[in-house]
Amino acid sequence: MDFGFIKQVFPLYIHAAILTLKIGILGIILAIAVGLVCTLILHKKIPLLRQLVSIYVELSRNTPLLIQLFFIYYGLPKLGIKIDAFVCGVLGLAFLGGSYMCEAFRSGIESIDKIQEESALSLGLSHNQALFYILLPQAVSISTPAFVANIIFLLKETSVFSAISLMDLMFTAKDLIGIYYKTVESLALLVFFYLIILLPVSILGSYVERKVRYAGFGS
Amino acid sequence: MPALLEIKNVVKNYDGKTPVLEGVSLELNKGEVIVLIGPSGCGKSTLLRCINGLEAIQAGEICLEGKAIDYNKKDLTGLRQKIGMVFQSYELFPHLTILDNIILAPTKVAGVDRENAKREAMELLEKVGLAHKAKAYPRELSGGQKQRVAIVRALAMHPEILLFDEVTAALDPEMVREVLDVMLDLAKQGSTMIIVTHEMQFAEAVADRVYFLDKGNIVETGRPKSFFTAPKTERARQFLNIFEFESVKDEKEEYNI
Amino acid sequence: MPDLGLDVIFKGKNAVRLLGGLGVALRISLISVIISIPLGILVGVLMTFKNPILKAVLRVYLEFIRIMPQLVLLFIVFFGSTRVLGVDISGDLAAVIVFSLWGTAEMGDLVRGAIISIPKHQYESGEALGLSKRQIFIYIIIPQTIKRLVPLSINLITRMIKTTSLVLIIGVVEVIKVAQQIIEANRTSSPNAAFGVYLAVFLMYFIACTPISMLARYLEKRR
Repeated sequence: MDFGFIKQVFPLYIHAAILTLKIGILGIILAIAVGLVCTLILHKKIPLLRQLVSIYVELSRNTPLLIQLFFIYYGLPKLGIKIDAFVCGVLGLAFLGGSYMCEAFRSGIESIDKIQEESALSLGLSHNQALFYILLPQAVSISTPAFVANIIFLLKETSVFSAISLMDLMFTAKDLIGIYYKTVESLALLVFFYLIILLPVSILGSYVERKVRYAGFGS
Repeated sequence: MPALLEIKNVVKNYDGKTPVLEGVSLELNKGEVIVLIGPSGCGKSTLLRCINGLEAIQAGEICLEGKAIDYNKKDLTGLRQKIGMVFQSYELFPHLTILDNIILAPTKVAGVDRENAKREAMELLEKVGLAHKAKAYPRELSGGQKQRVAIVRALAMHPEILLFDEVTAALDPEMVREVLDVMLDLAKQGSTMIIVTHEMQFAEAVADRVYFLDKGNIVETGRPKSFFTAPKTERARQFLNIFEFESVKDEKEEYNI
Repeated sequence: MPDLGLDVIFKGKNAVRLLGGLGVALRISLISVIISIPLGILVGVLMTFKNPILKAVLRVYLEFIRIMPQLVLLFIVFFGSTRVLGVDISGDLAAVIVFSLWGTAEMGDLVRGAIISIPKHQYESGEALGLSKRQIFIYIIIPQTIKRLVPLSINLITRMIKTTSLVLIIGVVEVIKVAQQIIEANRTSSPNAAFGVYLAVFLMYFIACTPISMLARYLEKRR
């Protein structure tokens, strides 16, 4: 191991990691928003929008992020829609993650017994009140493990951004390997930085999962 | 003066066939307690769900204070504020504390301010002996305690009518009594109630009138005393017999111990 | 309406080349899945054993593989093997190694999850009937586990297919790479080919994955 080299290129990796995190966090927040909106559309059975959401979910879940990004980044400009690489990364992640978040929320809501909603209605709550005060809070906590798994999945997916020339961790590692042939050092740093990003989320995830299971609403 | 609740020839079936209610009629006056009994699948629970608009009816009408209820209306919240319902499976909201379960509807639907709602909830909890559980979550309570909270939750909306759907059927035997006692108290205070139950002795004690349903029809109606001691119809007699056990042991056996 | 390069897809042998590219991706996925499923079942069963050392080793393997982006693993095997082991392995081989390692970890986790999700009283009632440990496993646990596993492992296939798109980045000529070549070759005659060709690849992946994930969902619902 050439520690001098590691010290020298360390700041490059920090920069790259910050970029990865920025895109990751923005993309995930947007994905959660997309997922929630889609869940509401499906739950309320809004005609037309509901079919659109179903098509979107299928398209998003059955294609790789890489080709989604290529299409947004290289294809859409030909229609006159020019998007810079950073925004493209965020949008790509939101497009991919939205459907996963939607599935997580939806299966959460579906796992709640119908009679819970009925008992809310029988107290005089409206359908919307029952949704916001009774169904959604329970759905969120039921789907927390799926939710955290999705966040980890999306953070991992950020690794493909180098393909649209974003200077992220992968890009930096590949670059350094190409220029200096310091393969072992470059790869070790790559692993190190991904561990720093992903390990805390993963540990938090299993903590939350245990907590949810302990709180297990049960009856 | 018209009855508080009038049910006229209500017909209910699932997807055009499978009749559940075949023209059921009954009247409920203010301060009266009606008990519905009958074999499982006779439609008694469905009738309660229809009254509360949880199931659509295909024919007949249900009138509250002389006015027919329009169940096609999108918003039945007004109706449901007047008619409270307690379910067999309690259906407390697991993510809310006992207190929050009770004050949810008063604050969000009836517009009572939080402090007043809390004060009243605590008074009601006190009455059923559960004030000390106000801050607990439903999972920390026993079945009987949960059901008492569910009753309090319905009471907090001051409904004119309370519907009870086999509220003790899911309870362990030793917890049945504590729930029935709460209901007996309500009856004493003059609450108007429709109760579906399999607890025959309780039915006899609490009811002003008993309706016996079988296969979607009201087969017999009567005062509890005469119904339970001398049912007029064969079907009711058969049904009541299910609850009697004949000893299989030789009577003389006990002398040999 | 500008020329969107849709005609490029059908020019010459382009469509066939694209399909061939998808074939490369599918072949890598298929080989990896075939390796992953038996190994994953083995790892999953081993994970339920009580031996602490075995458990710890497998745990580290599973966690590391599952937490690292697959692309990082590809880099480690593809670039690292040359440097550390002195062997120059092809992109295809690197891909199969990485996706098999990854697939085994995922499958192992699914198998472990399926086994431990079987309630304890299933074992107990087996014992109460006088069955031996082995018999309980064969007649009670395995049949129930398989029912839970089939849809999940079919799902793994679609995940595998989607993940193989990454091999482009280590220079394997698969469908996206072919698309890039076609776009490049037609740059002067059809400057907008990127739209049409990438759209085509997008739809090809969609057509390849959707039936498989629908099958998985169908089996899951039927369970």
